[in-house]
Amino acid sequence: MMTAFHALPRHDRHAGPGVLPRLLQAMDLDAHLAAYGPPPYGGRELIGVAAVAGLTGRGGAGFPAARKLTAVAEAGRRAVVVGNGAESEPASRKDKQLLWTAPHLVLDGLQLAAEAVGTTRAYLYVHAHPGLPEQLGSALAARAAAGLDRARVQLVTAPPRFLAGEESAVVSRINGGPALPRFKIPPVFQRGVGGAPTLVQNVETLAHLAQIARYGASWFRAAGTPAEPGTMLATCWRADGTVEVVETAIGVPLGELLRLSELPPQAVLVGGYHGTWLTSVRAATLPLANAGLRPAGAAVGAGLIAALPHGRCGVAEAVRVVRYLAVESAGQCGPCLNGLPRIAAGLAELARPRPRPRLRADLERWAGLVERRGACHHPDGSVRFLRSTLAIFGTELTAHARGECSATSHRPFLPVPAGVPASQADWI
Amino acid sequence: MSEQLRVNPTACTGHGLCAELLPERVILDEWGYPVISAEPVPASLRKAARRAVTDCPALALMLTDSPGQPQSSRSARS
Amino acid sequence: MSGITASTALWYASRATGITSLVLLSAVVLLGIAVDRQGRLPGLPRFAVTGLHRNLSLIAVVFVAVHVVSAVADSYVSISLAAAVIPFVSSYEPFWLGLGAVSLDLMAAVIVTSLVRSRIPRRAWRAVHWLSYGLYPVAVVHSVGSSTDLQSGWLLAVTVFCVAAVAGAAVFRLRSSLRAVPRSGRVATALGETAGGQAAGGLAGSRPAGGQGRP
Repeated sequence: MMTAFHALPRHDRHAGPGVLPRLLQAMDLDAHLAAYGPPPYGGRELIGVAAVAGLTGRGGAGFPAARKLTAVAEAGRRAVVVGNGAESEPASRKDKQLLWTAPHLVLDGLQLAAEAVGTTRAYLYVHAHPGLPEQLGSALAARAAAGLDRARVQLVTAPPRFLAGEESAVVSRINGGPALPRFKIPPVFQRGVGGAPTLVQNVETLAHLAQIARYGASWFRAAGTPAEPGTMLATCWRADGTVEVVETAIGVPLGELLRLSELPPQAVLVGGYHGTWLTSVRAATLPLANAGLRPAGAAVGAGLIAALPHGRCGVAEAVRVVRYLAVESAGQCGPCLNGLPRIAAGLAELARPRPRPRLRADLERWAGLVERRGACHHPDGSVRFLRSTLAIFGTELTAHARGECSATSHRPFLPVPAGVPASQADWI
Repeated sequence: MSEQLRVNPTACTGHGLCAELLPERVILDEWGYPVISAEPVPASLRKAARRAVTDCPALALMLTDSPGQPQSSRSARS
Repeated sequence: MSGITASTALWYASRATGITSLVLLSAVVLLGIAVDRQGRLPGLPRFAVTGLHRNLSLIAVVFVAVHVVSAVADSYVSISLAAAVIPFVSSYEPFWLGLGAVSLDLMAAVIVTSLVRSRIPRRAWRAVHWLSYGLYPVAVVHSVGSSTDLQSGWLLAVTVFCVAAVAGAAVFRLRSSLRAVPRSGRVATALGETAGGQAAGGLAGSRPAGGQGRP
């Protein structure tokens, strides 16, 4: 049975022969089994291999996968594993691409993770993109017919909310409630789905785990850097308007991924809407790796990089994004609920002519009040984006204060969904 | 052993008793929500801190022995 | 006047502590609503309002205990200890006393959970505490039904005053609940408020903006 896939061209110019692509090859179950065979079940020892491989989470936090697996495996009670495919960032497409293209790598990884922590209860959590739940349902049914899976996998859909992919929000949704984050005491790996110790792992991480199980730690480390081994999926928004999900070794220059020299942009956003702006010049010198990005105040995150072309208004883009971040607050924590709307309105006012003199000071004060005072990291990430906007677009903001803007097009570049969630149903 | 005062921000509704009972560790922000110092609670303030935890109308405060571990025998507060 | 026996003394004690308990309970409920609504009493810090609510409730427990013990000990009518805690098993006035047992049981639940409130799940404590809104009317009906004292004269006036005050506060509390913006609407409300230009200054008051409602 062949199903429709979004096949991608091979990207093997970034690393040595035979290394890429590791994940992004379109395969239905027959092709998958022909290429890789069934999941190589091996129990808990996979955790040790993942540790040597240095696999870190590909969902944005970059937490070592082996540590998470160990914490859940040692929790002492029957655990639950969740494959988190709800990438939630409007501009990120890599998890969706992976699930469409190579679902069986993800599902292999989910099975292997379940076995490693000693459970048969698994969930796959995804946004309800048109056709995707059905596609995954078929994939699961095909695997069941072939007797491949040892853990039972339930598909759960995530609402189209920015926070829906947050670890505790995932658990809340799977428990039947809204996808709202909760306070992390006790942490999810101790008490999650149904009160059980829960492993929440990004779907790309699970796919890498499946391949590590087959080919080993040395194979995994053959790409990337010694400190940050392996390959990753990156969503690249180029200045020419193309968007591409690329599988790349970690450490490849941003300039190469975004083709910065072909069409130099005015700025580069690294890490999505909780990320950091870089100047075009700086970005051209940096790799897609934390070792290079951290000194610039940025991080790899979930591999979302965007080059803002000249002729667009970066300030307007940022105003839209910050308003979106405020709109998507869970509204549970006083500081976030009070701070983010004020910050969003403040930045919008700062983008208009003759903002009042104390506005910058107010924005800084609100940013400081909001950081680290929520149940999740939404306020922290939003403040990071705000601060880097103020730093990188300083010249443009000064021009805006005089009533000038150098943009030639006011068409939005970064995707920002419209609408304000207004009822509980919007979070289910 | 030093203790840490933590607030569950989803439970907190800004009553503000904590700032009255333990001003050495808690002040209120401009919206009425507690800003809790990361400094540990010494023995001299322990009684006041315990009272803040018990008296909070929203039961939003907790004392942890080390970062992230609640003192109560239950592992969860729902 | 002859005939002031120990029994009479106990009977009077029970009736007196009964009405006092009702007045105290009324004050406790009013203070509880005040705490929930983040209200202030003139000159008192917030922790004192909470403290008064708790301390009066413990004093009320003492008065209720004396009320129950004196009623049971009194030999003029036969009320067993069991009848004080198990509803409707009394041979004397089973219905009105049964209501007393119901309110005693509810009160015990509320008090005990509140004594250990920092050790039980937050939601469990809240759920039991809500029983107070049931406890109060049952206590009132028990009081008025069991005692002809309350059915006329100044004791009736006291009772009516207490009930009216609590009923008024409860209506106020209910309206606050009905008007509260649910969590899912708080962000939209906050955005509406800030779009109206309030972003300009920080709010100095302790009332959180953006409709941080209470569940």
